[in-house]
Amino acid sequence: MPPELLRMIIAAALVVAFVFLNAMILGYMERKVAGHIQRRPGLMEVGPHGVLQLLVDGFKLIGKQLIVPEGSNKFLFRLAPILSFAPCVLPFVVIPFAKKLQIVEMDVSLIFILAMTSINVIAIIVAGWASNNKYSLFGTFRAVAQAVSYEIPLLLSILSIILITNTFSLQGIIAAQKYYWFILIQPVAFIIYFISGLAETNRAPFDMPEAESELTAGFHTEYSGMGFSFFFLAEYANMFTVCSIATVLFLGGWKGIPLPLGDFTGIFWFMLKVYGLLFVMIWIRWTYPRVRFDQLMTFCWKYLIPFSLANLLITAVLVKLI
Amino acid sequence: MGNLAGNGAVHVDLEPAADILKDNHYYLNMGPQHPSTHGVMRVLLEMDGEYIVNPQPVLGYGHRMQEKMGEHKNWMAFMPNTGRMDYAAALPYNHGFVALFERLCGIEVPIRAEYIRVITSELNRLVSHHLWMGAFLLDLGAFTPILYTFDDREQVLDILEDITGSRLTYCYFRVGGVCKDIDDNFVEKTRAFIKRQRERFDIYNDLVTGNIIFIKRAEGVGVISPEMACRYGVTGPVLRGSGIAYDVRKNEPYSVYPNFDFEIPVGSNGDCLDRYMVRLQEMEQSLRIIEQALDQLPDGPFLGKVPKKLKMPTGDCSSAVESARGELTYYLVSGGGDIPYRLKIRVPSYSNLSVLPELGQGILLSDLVTTMGSLDLVIPEIDR
Repeated sequence: MPPELLRMIIAAALVVAFVFLNAMILGYMERKVAGHIQRRPGLMEVGPHGVLQLLVDGFKLIGKQLIVPEGSNKFLFRLAPILSFAPCVLPFVVIPFAKKLQIVEMDVSLIFILAMTSINVIAIIVAGWASNNKYSLFGTFRAVAQAVSYEIPLLLSILSIILITNTFSLQGIIAAQKYYWFILIQPVAFIIYFISGLAETNRAPFDMPEAESELTAGFHTEYSGMGFSFFFLAEYANMFTVCSIATVLFLGGWKGIPLPLGDFTGIFWFMLKVYGLLFVMIWIRWTYPRVRFDQLMTFCWKYLIPFSLANLLITAVLVKLI
Repeated sequence: MGNLAGNGAVHVDLEPAADILKDNHYYLNMGPQHPSTHGVMRVLLEMDGEYIVNPQPVLGYGHRMQEKMGEHKNWMAFMPNTGRMDYAAALPYNHGFVALFERLCGIEVPIRAEYIRVITSELNRLVSHHLWMGAFLLDLGAFTPILYTFDDREQVLDILEDITGSRLTYCYFRVGGVCKDIDDNFVEKTRAFIKRQRERFDIYNDLVTGNIIFIKRAEGVGVISPEMACRYGVTGPVLRGSGIAYDVRKNEPYSVYPNFDFEIPVGSNGDCLDRYMVRLQEMEQSLRIIEQALDQLPDGPFLGKVPKKLKMPTGDCSSAVESARGELTYYLVSGGGDIPYRLKIRVPSYSNLSVLPELGQGILLSDLVTTMGSLDLVIPEIDR
């Protein structure tokens, strides 16, 4: 077997394993943090402090039947979860976990990640349309409008970093943050990126596509078993991707104070920053009410986009001058 | 089904033919099983995109013929049913029902019993408002506040469980008094709860009232004008949110309510935010009433002298109390004996729901959920 092929297989297996592991860690973290925010202990039953709960939940979901509703488009209904999950795995190929731990280094890593995360919305369209359920369709309408709108401030805020670094390579962007993190010189871009990231991953307070008090569960109302868990995995994988881009662009990636961990120092700092941001996402979700859909759109078009455009313009002028 | 909603005929076809609807409108069934109806109620929505053209509540999924049952039982046999109509605030239902027989038969109630009734009823109002606040914010998508309010709710339920024996569907009042006396332990626990609850209001305000997203969602949504509120016979916090200071406890005082100094909070705009603020302030006023009642609590018997078999004179009688949701009226026609000839119950949630078809026209689906949450509907009370 050629070594390149072997490398690819190992890398693919590692990435998928990491996506599942991440979903478990994040699922556990979400429920535990939610518990403590709500003055209750959270998961306690399976394993010490319930750490194995997500494993048990995973087995339960695998064992469950995928009910295909009558009148739905059977092929598309089954395709949608896979369509949602597969592109969410791919960004992990280029995420720089440490200086040496990156499966493929591309010159256009950032564009690759943004392209892959955008595919998710197609899966939502397919899922909502194939379900033959009005609530699912509602969720789809909202998801598409939201994803398309919030992509603009997201990209504009990233562009202001690109103007400074002149590269789309993630390692290159990390290398450019040699003396200071970009959050110090681009705080507005960071805030806009993080808010848009919340909306892109359909997290509260922007979880309109799955607003359970209005749309029962939005686009995945009709999904059960593994169909549901693929959407669940995709959501958590997307959250990780969004936060790791934020870490790379604004928080110096894997760079940090040297620790006596050898090569693991980079991974340690990277994971700490990413899960720190993920913690903030979870914190926001369990504290705020949901915004209304028209307010969501107003916020994007009237506030985020003008601000990110102004930020981009100022950055461009300053880069030219300095 | 006829004219159930009080606003034109209700379409009840499960799948109305699509060609009936003009302009790409379509039907959306909200309920009978939906997270935001908080019970088995169905709202048939005629939708234009995300906007609602015509919402029609469809009732009857949980109907148990409570009124008919009341015409076949004597008062004690029907007592447990009263607690099962409004499961969130059962004691005012107990209160209205026993007051009916006391008024009709001229039975004296010991003053201590009246104080106990007021204290427990106000505690029950707090429980109901805790439940409402949690559920309302759940409708807005905030999951955490319900666990904070339920934390406080548990404290009251524990206190009430000690003396009434149940946690939700109370059957505590009797014609002529209450079935069990309160003790020092109860008084002590209640005082501790009042102190604790006052501190908790700060947490509620930090978590919810000052939240910009909450204010944006609730302000100017579901506006009920005073004129509209009167037209539909809306009562309770919904009416007071529209700026009309009507409260049975003040306007037609019953029991020992005239002995207490309390205010009726009113809103000004009649939107969801006003109804929220009115209920929040009402909780504070309830604490004031309980505090005064505990201070003034007289000694004496807790149950007056009542004949085993109640002999009702021929005639009719009505009694009104302020339940947590508004004015609750019992009306009874007696043909002698101990079983009523006719029992009519006017429940506040039913009248409050009746504004929905007019209120829901042309608003977003999200706003309908907010509006329904702010009306504080208890479905078993509507479908009694």
